[in-house]
Amino acid sequence: MLDLEHVTKVFEPGTVNEKLALEDINLHVDKGDVICLIGSNGSGKSTLFNSISGSFPVTAGKITLDGKDITKMPEYKRSFQIGRIFQDPTRGTSGSMSIQDNMMLSMSKGMKGLKYSMSKENLKLFKELVKPIGLSDRLKDNVGLLSGGQRQALTLIMVCMSKPNLLLLDEHTAALDPKNAQVVMNLTDEYIKKLGLTCIMVTHNMQFAIEFGNRLIMMDEGKIILDVKGEEKRKLSVPDLVMEFRRKRGKSFASDQGLLV
Amino acid sequence: MIEGIFVEGLIFSIMTLGILISYRILDLADLTCDGSVAAGAATGAMCIIAGWGIVLSMVTSFVVGVLCGLCTAVIHNKLKIPGLLAGILTMTMLYSINLRILGNKANVPLVKVRTLYRVFPKAFSFLPSSFAALLGTFILVFIIAAILVAFFKTDLGTSLGALGSNEQVIISLGMDPAVLKYIGLGLSNGLIALSGAMLAQYQGFADANLGQGMAVQGLAAIMLGEFLFKTNRIELITLRVALGSIAYKALMFLGRKYGHIVGITPNDFKLLTGLLVISSMLIAFTRQKSAEDAAKKKALSKIKEAHNA
Ligand SMILES: Nc1ncnc2c1ncn2[C@@H]1O[C@H](COP(=O)(O)OP(=O)(O)OP(=O)(O)O)[C@@H](O)[C@H]1O
Ligand SMILES: [Mg+2]
Repeated sequence: MLDLEHVTKVFEPGTVNEKLALEDINLHVDKGDVICLIGSNGSGKSTLFNSISGSFPVTAGKITLDGKDITKMPEYKRSFQIGRIFQDPTRGTSGSMSIQDNMMLSMSKGMKGLKYSMSKENLKLFKELVKPIGLSDRLKDNVGLLSGGQRQALTLIMVCMSKPNLLLLDEHTAALDPKNAQVVMNLTDEYIKKLGLTCIMVTHNMQFAIEFGNRLIMMDEGKIILDVKGEEKRKLSVPDLVMEFRRKRGKSFASDQGLLV
Repeated sequence: MIEGIFVEGLIFSIMTLGILISYRILDLADLTCDGSVAAGAATGAMCIIAGWGIVLSMVTSFVVGVLCGLCTAVIHNKLKIPGLLAGILTMTMLYSINLRILGNKANVPLVKVRTLYRVFPKAFSFLPSSFAALLGTFILVFIIAAILVAFFKTDLGTSLGALGSNEQVIISLGMDPAVLKYIGLGLSNGLIALSGAMLAQYQGFADANLGQGMAVQGLAAIMLGEFLFKTNRIELITLRVALGSIAYKALMFLGRKYGHIVGITPNDFKLLTGLLVISSMLIAFTRQKSAEDAAKKKALSKIKEAHNA
């Protein structure tokens, strides 16, 4: 469903700050894949997401989604297919608007018309959707009043309301405390299963990456250095991963060593 | 004379609503308004003189205002120039265009033609003419404000609010921020021009210099209003804008009438308006700070209590 062919991204080409952030990435994602993406800081995970969702144009290569070439499509048009959640909980919702206004806007993608969608049925639907995170009685409150965890969970619910073909999660629980992270993670798992979503999730927790989903991809210095699926993935252990990294790159998994659990 | 202040304030509030859209809702400081209010006045006056009738002339003024806003939005979107600079560019160009509209005169009087303020006294002949003007203006402004409130409650209106608070959300929802900016800035400047057309009819002439300093005056009115009460509901925000606009005109009236006692002349009004905006911001800032200090004190005393217990 998603295909990247020879995708390359160079930041600030021709300057002293020139940086090759993605180098000849080839990736094929099948419908229903749930992929955990790991890699040290600066390995290009966010850049990969930004390239797929169109935050900036890629330097070279081709991106196809559901058979359609989206390489040159503007970000807002790709949003019809792609749902995305950032690490920063404030990026996915409008803080100066109420929860119900935010949810109303998320019901469909694309330009809104001169109609009133804040109907009784829709309010009931919103109430039902935010019940798992205990916000049913606060629909009229401004989103800016919510905690980071509540806000991120709301973002997830909003993103899933339009059932995206592809869900990109960039360390979406990293800014939360362990308890809230767990709540958001459970909800994520629930939605992925319930809606049968195709998803790529960035995480720094290797143990979690081994347990979650059907596929694991490791990046380093702008390249995909490991891509394992199914049975092969399930048999992995964290030391295996670190060893594999050493073997391929001839160096130690420096910045993530501290996260080994 | 008090009716006059209300009429001026109500006309002014249409313009302030336009500035509210750009400055508060879209979070985009747009200086086009200095030019578009004069463009609206000039267009309205010339159309009325040409015999187009009041309604069509005012609709044309609105459309011209929309075009002014679109001009700024195109410069901002296509050339990736900050909104502030794009507005200044349009405003500067509009000065020449407005003189053209006025037939290369700086000032065109509206004599011997039907204007709103010659129609109102006839329509409400049971009232003295100055009160008839007030009633007519009130009805007109009420209708415009009601349409605006209804618009901001639609899905599209809500999207405009979301754009101002977080552009990424709009992109993630599959909407083109550029299109929303066209709509927002167009609507904003359309209202501002409409207000200009009403003002020209009220004062009986159109003036190429009418718009000077309007952006700051609008901001002053918005901020005066924000002192009155706190709300995030669009109908109350609209009411607040109207009250702030009337309060601003009242202050200016007092300045004109009693200013000489302390040596203030109308030449000082721009300085005073600027100082008004600055002090409003200062007061809002101190208020927030003192609220935070109070919260801190309360928290500290609670900790102490818990400690003592
Ligand atoms: N806008 C930008 N301009 C210049 N360089 C950039 C830009 N964005 C990212 N980079 C560089 O590209 C490289 C990859 O960054 P990226 O953000 O994709 O890493 P990441 O894998 O997401 O890291 P992290 O785990 O810290 O989030 C880094 O060296 C970074 O400095
Ligand atoms: Mg990142």
